Amino acid sequence: MMKKELRIFDDPKHVKRFLLVFYGCLLALLCIDPFIHKHGEFPWEDAPEFFAAYGFVSCVLLIFVARILRRLVKRDENYYDKRT
Amino acid sequence: MNTIPLITGFPAALLFIGGAVLVPALKGKIKSAFLLGLPALAFFVLLCTPDGSYGSFPVLNHELTLVKIDALSRVFGFIFCIVTLLGMMFAAGIGDDLQYCSALAYGGGALGVTFAGDVFSLYIFWEIMAVASTFLILARKTDASQTAAVRYILVHIVGGLCLLAGIILYVDRTGATAFGFIGLDGVDSYLIFLGIAVNAAIPPLHPWLSDAYPEATVPGAVFLSAFTTKSAVYLMARMFPGTELLIWLGAVMTAIPIFYAVLENDIRRVLAYSLINQVGFMMCGIGIGTALAINGTVSHAFCHILYKALLFMAAGSVLHVTGKIRCTDLGGLYRTMPLTCLFCIVGAASISAFPLFSGFVSKSMIISAAAHHKLVIVWLMLQFASAGVFHHAGIKVPFFMFFGHDSGIRAQEPPRNMLWAMGITAFICMFLGIYPYPLYAVLPYPVDYIPYTGAHVVGQLQLLMFGALAFCLLILSGYYPAEMRAINLDTDWFYRTLSSRFYRASASALNRLNRSCEAILVQAFTAKLTRWAEDGTARLLIIAMQPVWKAMQVPETRQAQHSSRMVLLIRNSAVPVGISVAGAALLLSALYYLH
Repeated sequence: MMKKELRIFDDPKHVKRFLLVFYGCLLALLCIDPFIHKHGEFPWEDAPEFFAAYGFVSCVLLIFVARILRRLVKRDENYYDKRT
Repeated sequence: MNTIPLITGFPAALLFIGGAVLVPALKGKIKSAFLLGLPALAFFVLLCTPDGSYGSFPVLNHELTLVKIDALSRVFGFIFCIVTLLGMMFAAGIGDDLQYCSALAYGGGALGVTFAGDVFSLYIFWEIMAVASTFLILARKTDASQTAAVRYILVHIVGGLCLLAGIILYVDRTGATAFGFIGLDGVDSYLIFLGIAVNAAIPPLHPWLSDAYPEATVPGAVFLSAFTTKSAVYLMARMFPGTELLIWLGAVMTAIPIFYAVLENDIRRVLAYSLINQVGFMMCGIGIGTALAINGTVSHAFCHILYKALLFMAAGSVLHVTGKIRCTDLGGLYRTMPLTCLFCIVGAASISAFPLFSGFVSKSMIISAAAHHKLVIVWLMLQFASAGVFHHAGIKVPFFMFFGHDSGIRAQEPPRNMLWAMGITAFICMFLGIYPYPLYAVLPYPVDYIPYTGAHVVGQLQLLMFGALAFCLLILSGYYPAEMRAINLDTDWFYRTLSSRFYRASASALNRLNRSCEAILVQAFTAKLTRWAEDGTARLLIIAMQPVWKAMQVPETRQAQHSSRMVLLIRNSAVPVGISVAGAALLLSALYYLH
């Protein structure tokens, strides 16, 4: 017996709409930022859109470093089996 | 609370470990009820027991205390009972007594460590935990799990021995078995610190975790994710709060594993790395050591146990129904497993500390404590790690399992008990995120902290959502490291390859030594000695007889006959003279004459 399948993301239109909503949220977050009363411990916390920039840069940096790391540490799946 | 004097202060550890013994004798629904009832009972007992020490008894001039409850141990006791209950609900359908018994004994060990009032009972429960948890890995019954379990137990034996050595020196130095704040001061404290650090998976002592947990059974990983590291967090918070070294170790611990998590192919190994990263936040909080930081650490441990259990349940469910767990083999499962997918997303949102989910109300306390202390670099590292967590545990785990490319797998939802366990855990994660005050009420220090301020909510949302944007753009551009069937070397390389090299080197060196010893001692020397012992008397006699025969002019052939007869007689003990007796007789006569 096959239950019914969800196929909502099979349609590229839905994926596009999902991404649009996502970008909309990002824009809303950027727009709302100047109106928030801030009281950060560090001066840069109060800078406009600091966390957005930091989040984006962090993740790009993460992937950048991870790609370098992969070159250093990647091995075949049975690397240890072969040695023992 | 004295209305229930019988159960007040009863050691939860004994309840669990005693219960584990009974499990194989029970059957069917009674067994399920027993497995769920036991943690519920332990929770109730803890609820009824006021702070204080219970069940002390003297052993060999030392006072042992099985139950010592205060605010700090109580929170950990609560969460260990809750996660055992949820884990048992999740495991109810598997019908494997080995896993039930070891999970109960393991939970009992963790509760024993949490409530131990002295260092000796602490050590005993610590080792029970190590042994019982190993069986949750062995029970998977694959080659990979057997070898991983052996490595796991070896690492924990080494850690346990460090702890034991530290404990012995500590008792010797202070003369007390009770413990509280120890602090890094003297060899004993460093050894204890090292022993706990192994269980807390502080880098570079962490790879046992990412090595062994993904090889455990489906429910086994749920229990493993809860007890070992968090009982170590408890002990660190008890013994080493405010140790500056922990701030830095913690900060490094949050950052390093996320790079590995991004590259890793096995979903449960991704979760294992993110577990290390989360414990890093806790270590950092313990290192800062202020009331806010300790509250943050304890509440984060509480929330973390729940959402990490939820994530391991979701990944375990996928493994259970599809038999696959690698990113490369999975994808598109939301079509037929929407509920599991939903629960996984709740777990992912909680670990990422999304507002309204449990991670948000706990992790933010630790980061705020770092900010209050003006720890600039640490604060930046923790924020970086927060964005990174969302990247791998928050997006990667659900994305590669339930969305991403269509793997063609159309597996159905897991059994109902698994769904219920995930559902309830997901509910608690959201409940604590929306209404954290019941949790705040049981924290060790009074809580004066408001998680939901405008700046904080918007800041955190920006951090996460723009991290997600980076993920989105990198995936679409193809720069994101592709999923691939590969492993990534970690510090376990040292003991996994060096140990086999050491084994081979010692094998060749020691076997050579063995062979030469055999050649010299066994083959040459001993053989000569036995021959001498056997025929020595006869030969001596023959030598002694030579002049006599010569004087009597006995022919050569007769001489040879006499000689061989003599050798034969003595060899067969027809003449009761052994070389040792002859030697003794000679020695005695020599002594007699010399006297």
